[in-house]
Amino acid sequence: MRLKLAATALAAACALPIQASADGEVNIYSYRQAYLLEPLLNAFEEETGIETNVVFAKKGLAERLEREGRNSPADLVMTVDISRLNELVERGLVQSVDNDTLEQNIPEHLRHPDGKWFALTTRARLIFASKERVEEGEITTYEDLADDKWEDRICTRSGKHPYNIALFSSMIAHHGEEAAEEWLEGLKDNLARKPQGGDRDQIKAIHAGECDIAIGNSYYYGNMLNDENQREQAEAVRLIFPNADGRGTHINISGVALTNSAPNRDNAIRLMEFLSTPQAQKIYAEANTEYPANPEVEPSGIVAEWGEINPDDLSLQEIAEHRNAAVRMVDRVDYDN
Amino acid sequence: MTEAITADQTGADHPLLARRTSKRWLITAALTTAIVVMPVLSVIILALFPEENIWPHLLDTTLPRYLITTLKLMVGVAIITLFIGLATAWAVTMCEFPGRRFFEWAMLLPFAVPAYVIAYVYTSLLDYAGPVQTTLREWFGWRNATDYWFPEIRSLEGATLMIGLVLYPYVYLLARAAFLEQSPSLFAVSRSLGHSALSTFFRVVLPIARPAVAVGLSLVLMETLNDFGTVDFFAVQTLTAGLFDTWMNLGNLGGAAQIATTMLAFVVILVTLERYSRRKQQQFAARDNRDPIRRFTMSFPRQMICVAVCALPVIFGFLLPAITLGQYAWEYFDESWNTDFIRNTLNSLFLSGTAALTTLIIGVTLAYSRRLHNSRGMQIMMRLSSLGYAMPGAVLAVGVIVPLAAFDNRVDSIMRDTFGISSGLLLSGSAFALIFAYTVRFLAVSAGSVESALQKITPSMDMASRSLGHTPGQTLVKVHLPMLRGTLITAALVVFVDVMKELPATLILRPFNFETLATYVYQFASDEQLARSALPALIIVLAGIIPIILMSKSISGTRSIS
Repeated sequence: MRLKLAATALAAACALPIQASADGEVNIYSYRQAYLLEPLLNAFEEETGIETNVVFAKKGLAERLEREGRNSPADLVMTVDISRLNELVERGLVQSVDNDTLEQNIPEHLRHPDGKWFALTTRARLIFASKERVEEGEITTYEDLADDKWEDRICTRSGKHPYNIALFSSMIAHHGEEAAEEWLEGLKDNLARKPQGGDRDQIKAIHAGECDIAIGNSYYYGNMLNDENQREQAEAVRLIFPNADGRGTHINISGVALTNSAPNRDNAIRLMEFLSTPQAQKIYAEANTEYPANPEVEPSGIVAEWGEINPDDLSLQEIAEHRNAAVRMVDRVDYDN
Repeated sequence: MTEAITADQTGADHPLLARRTSKRWLITAALTTAIVVMPVLSVIILALFPEENIWPHLLDTTLPRYLITTLKLMVGVAIITLFIGLATAWAVTMCEFPGRRFFEWAMLLPFAVPAYVIAYVYTSLLDYAGPVQTTLREWFGWRNATDYWFPEIRSLEGATLMIGLVLYPYVYLLARAAFLEQSPSLFAVSRSLGHSALSTFFRVVLPIARPAVAVGLSLVLMETLNDFGTVDFFAVQTLTAGLFDTWMNLGNLGGAAQIATTMLAFVVILVTLERYSRRKQQQFAARDNRDPIRRFTMSFPRQMICVAVCALPVIFGFLLPAITLGQYAWEYFDESWNTDFIRNTLNSLFLSGTAALTTLIIGVTLAYSRRLHNSRGMQIMMRLSSLGYAMPGAVLAVGVIVPLAAFDNRVDSIMRDTFGISSGLLLSGSAFALIFAYTVRFLAVSAGSVESALQKITPSMDMASRSLGHTPGQTLVKVHLPMLRGTLITAALVVFVDVMKELPATLILRPFNFETLATYVYQFASDEQLARSALPALIIVLAGIIPIILMSKSISGTRSIS
């Protein structure tokens, strides 16, 4: 009896993989949580009747894609960070897309020059300051974070997190490696505690009085405001768009790329187009309080209240290129300890 | 009843066991090992081709700290798990106290809680903004963090405690099974020769249970070495953290594979040392089930100490996290209660059940082959087939993709060339890939425990069975398997619960649109919203409890029934 059950189970295990790349579907490898994609993909399915299939993981998808080679069922890769996109390009896993709709909807600085990736949303890396303990205008730039007056008052997540690495890369791009390292040392000296947790945890720490200044992505704050259990904590902080009066605030992107193998190429491009349309961009903006990549779409109500954003016009490509240097810098400064 | 025989007298070289013991066992074992070792081999091959030599940078900067932190974590976890595991296993087996029968299985409850979940729960409880500190501030009128000192949960010590709390059941399970299998008369003899209960424990009971405890502890240590969720969340910089940094941030998979291989070597050395230290020991205990264990009757205060020793790990390792999750689940019920729920639960149950069965069958095959052919080669095969456990799940997943995708693409090319059709990917990205990965990863659990249990069955059993005309296969089914029932159940249970919680390999290898409870929880937890997935997290915990109760009952059942 047990043996029979086992045999059935094994047979079922082997039968599961059957997923013919029939017409009418798109397969996605996603670095972004499936639940965040769901409303978008549902809208796409409703409009086109094309089915979407997703695998979400934060590691190993590029390796899986590479090894599966020409037989890979994946059509699209969706990421939450420029460095992952850049990696796909460097390893030759994605192909160019020459498409008028995409080029019209996504501004030039938010896509790869040869169409090897397209940004779908942008997110600003902001400074959060305690409303109680930090005066308005007391801190206005990323450079200020290294100022002595913030000693033992700053909280951040791990310096190795891709969002911080991208910020540090932009500092290298603007100031050179040496000056950036000096700045990072200054920032480390100002930390109130060992880097830990996620971006939300830094805001919570300000609310708790553990620190006065934190660094975090814009949508975490927006999402905390939308969550009634976290609203009070979010309301303890003031948003600062660093360097708004200078070179602009550091931004990162979430984006999409078409794989080399793409068995459902046409459907995949249709989905890419769809994601760049105002309809989809609006969903992105509402569901995760990010900035739409399509300039015709307004940010959601909460985000719009924060005012216009002046993004740093440093190319994303360049940020990605400094990634390794930034990682090594974090190690040398011993930021996380 | 129990005889300690030196190695050269064991059944290994006995003609009855060695003679023509059907080469089939050996060949099957060799083939199985070859297949199972492929992913590990793939990682080692990846390590030969790094994108760039990472060692100079690591040596200059973080490596020394990674190493020291890793060692501290492992030693700390070893101490905690040994202490809790042995003390409680001993108490529930040998002492009579109120609630003993309850604790027999309740001690296993923390095992159902994934380390990343318990870490999250305690952080939210003990954080500055959490209920504990907030209450303390209200009571004592402290204003902020500068007014008082409070232990930092996100620290090496915190991680040690969290990991120890959910892993001690490994030691408990195997130690308890070993204690139950020991003949009570041994204990009686030691006592009658003037040893106290405590000294008997250290001089007789523990040495006999040592192979089992060693298996339990090495499982604990390997899990600790590979833990990513907890150390990442607590920002504790272990080797695993360095490995993922090299892979994800420096984009150097080869370098990451080198670190993984180094960690592997580390584990191999540890395990070899342990085996070497008891190379001269061979223990065979004929289990005497008719002689019931006579438990100590103790004074009331001592009984209460037993209750406390058993209750504390359960409260902190299970009850408190479960209640907290339950509370979150209640708060966010509307968001987490949806139709995917049952499907995800079924997926988890299906994978865990199939993987538990597969690993058990392969584990028994290998361990029994080793009993039949106790050769150097067979020993090495045993060790090789267990290596998957000593590798971080995500790295192993890449190791699984490499041979599977190579096989798929090969078949595809042949099909294209000869028949002009494409077979596409047959195995990669399927449930098969997942079950293969789980088997490679958790084979150490089943093979290890079956092997250590088989060692305790005297070869005269085999000889008797064989001389009565049974083949090795018949002997296995008719003699060994019934005697191993408790061990088999334990091994299956451990694999079942482990697969239920397994995350990194599942994420990377799963088919499209395929969610398990663990992956479902992770997508929220990784977005700093574990509260929203508290319900499925609670279900992982609860689903892990059911087999624990069932199987634990039948383990203790083996003794009273037979």
